[in-house]
Amino acid sequence: MALDFDSARLPNPNLTEAHEAWRTQLRRFIDTEIAPFADDWDEAGAMPDALWPRAAAVGLLGLGYPEAYGGTSEGIDSWYHWITAEELARFAVGGVNASLMVHGIGLPPVINWGSEAMKQVVAPPVLAGEKHISLAITEPGGGSDVAALSTTAVRDGDHYVVNGSKTYITGGMRADWVSTAVRTGGEGARGVSMLLIPTDAEGFSRTPLDRKMGWWASDTATLYFDNVRVPVENLIGREHQGFLVIMTNFNSERMGMAAAMEALGRVCLEEAVTWAQERRTFGKRLADHQVIRHKIAQMKQKLNATQAYLRACYEAIEAGQGNPGDIALLKVQASETMEFCAREAMQVLGGVGYLRGNRVERIYREVRVNAIGGGSEEIMRDLAARQYGL
Amino acid sequence: MKVLVAVKRVVDYNVKVRAKADGSDVDLNNVKMSINPFCEIAVEEAVRLKEAGVATEVIAVSIGDKACQEQIRTALALGADRGIQVETEGAVEPLVVAKLLKGVVEKEEPQLVILGKQSIDGDNNQTGQMLGALAGMPQGTFASVVKVDGDRVQVTREVDGGLQTVSLTLPAIVTTDLRLNEPRYASLPNIMKAKKKQLDVYTPADLGVEVTKHLTLVKVEPPAERQAGIKVESVDELVDKLKNEAKVI
Repeated sequence: MALDFDSARLPNPNLTEAHEAWRTQLRRFIDTEIAPFADDWDEAGAMPDALWPRAAAVGLLGLGYPEAYGGTSEGIDSWYHWITAEELARFAVGGVNASLMVHGIGLPPVINWGSEAMKQVVAPPVLAGEKHISLAITEPGGGSDVAALSTTAVRDGDHYVVNGSKTYITGGMRADWVSTAVRTGGEGARGVSMLLIPTDAEGFSRTPLDRKMGWWASDTATLYFDNVRVPVENLIGREHQGFLVIMTNFNSERMGMAAAMEALGRVCLEEAVTWAQERRTFGKRLADHQVIRHKIAQMKQKLNATQAYLRACYEAIEAGQGNPGDIALLKVQASETMEFCAREAMQVLGGVGYLRGNRVERIYREVRVNAIGGGSEEIMRDLAARQYGL
Repeated sequence: MKVLVAVKRVVDYNVKVRAKADGSDVDLNNVKMSINPFCEIAVEEAVRLKEAGVATEVIAVSIGDKACQEQIRTALALGADRGIQVETEGAVEPLVVAKLLKGVVEKEEPQLVILGKQSIDGDNNQTGQMLGALAGMPQGTFASVVKVDGDRVQVTREVDGGLQTVSLTLPAIVTTDLRLNEPRYASLPNIMKAKKKQLDVYTPADLGVEVTKHLTLVKVEPPAERQAGIKVESVDELVDKLKNEAKVI
């Protein structure tokens, strides 16, 4: 048995030929339209707008969204999402995925909690790749403590007047709308609402956060709201219901991130194995040295465990029994695995891995954004402990 | 006009194939399988003919065990209207495949049959030609351009000396070369729709064909590993080595 990206995946009896067909077609799309250019886009810190409509045409952007808005939801289960996360991880330029797929966190609040009129306006152009939507929760004054956010939205007639700022907002520079967490009431989680803010509104401005450790291709931004007037119809869900909207959003984001992180770890394994079989030191292949063999075996061991845990969580979700605590810890399991694999692959690759422009080097730089974004490891463990009633 | 397209399930072109340890065959255990790239080009050409209003129905046929339904579904996702599987067990030789395809041709009476020029596993490049002979149909192989014009089809063929254009009377057989077209991606909505398209299964007996074997696979082994090269100090040394070691001049 080989240890390439596909062979190092444990069998999953849930997968049908339609799942495999999606993997094949998506891989063809990515190998032709994204992978050859992704490193250049990353170095340039920008990617072409034309990519979005192409991703829409192949069905990538619409995955899991209702047909009424241009998506594909009939017959779509968790396994399609897992495959998509894996394939998008395979070329290992996280910034491209983060920006291309950011509607995956920005749009669900609108789809799940927004008014029909709002969905009609926002969802079709976003799923067609013509317009963009981001999610804004984290603020310069605090991130993980969502219940303490300080951007305010004060009711004034049939408008809210929004003041404050948001930062580390993926896709923030390109966004036409931002699903934004704002304080409409008193302190704590019960005073939070979600508001759809159009970025052409007066008083809205943004600046790029373009010098990052990884995710260079992503148009991450800081957003500023200076007396931005937003119609009350733009409320996503009910007033003061924002915390619930945010929390339900997190589970699918974390599953997607965990699936991607496992796949990124598997890319590291693949690269390490290829190099270890080619490179010769002290008269034999690297792969024949016990220290290297053990590194590779340990990478596979951790990847196996993460894959099995992923499958268990996806199966629970499919059965309608997804557990936020288990999902939070899965995210930790995945980021620790990714970190381990990136480290060990880098040790195996040596100097060649340290040079810019290879997958392991990029993954190494993108460990932290995965271990922190979408809920840091520390917050995840804390959340799990609370979920388990400790 | 009805178009029949043959598709074959093969090891994905990205997979680095390995021989089984006992040399009995290529190791297919846990290996990614796909539609043969030339067959994919054939499907694309048929679908384009339909989109251009030339073809009215595109039927994808594959011969093999149940797993090959996966490749038929891919063809359906790419735009074929319905599928046919001729269920066989184990490896089937080109002549048998051609006989089975002839059976399908007799059932469906397509005006045009498009096949890949060869499959990337066996690299035989025989089935299209054999089908032409068995069915008594004219053939345009290694096609880089296909134009249907009334009751004829013009096929531009990639031959050693350049391009040759032949005009065939329909019904005819075309085998595709690499430059005929660039196949589209099957989109997710089309993959989901393909699940509901009609797929009929025939046995060789339904087509009046007996599956026979004429070939025995003796041994499969990897190509010899290339020896590492060396750097020579001078032109004289190079000439000397070419003369006396490699014995090529």
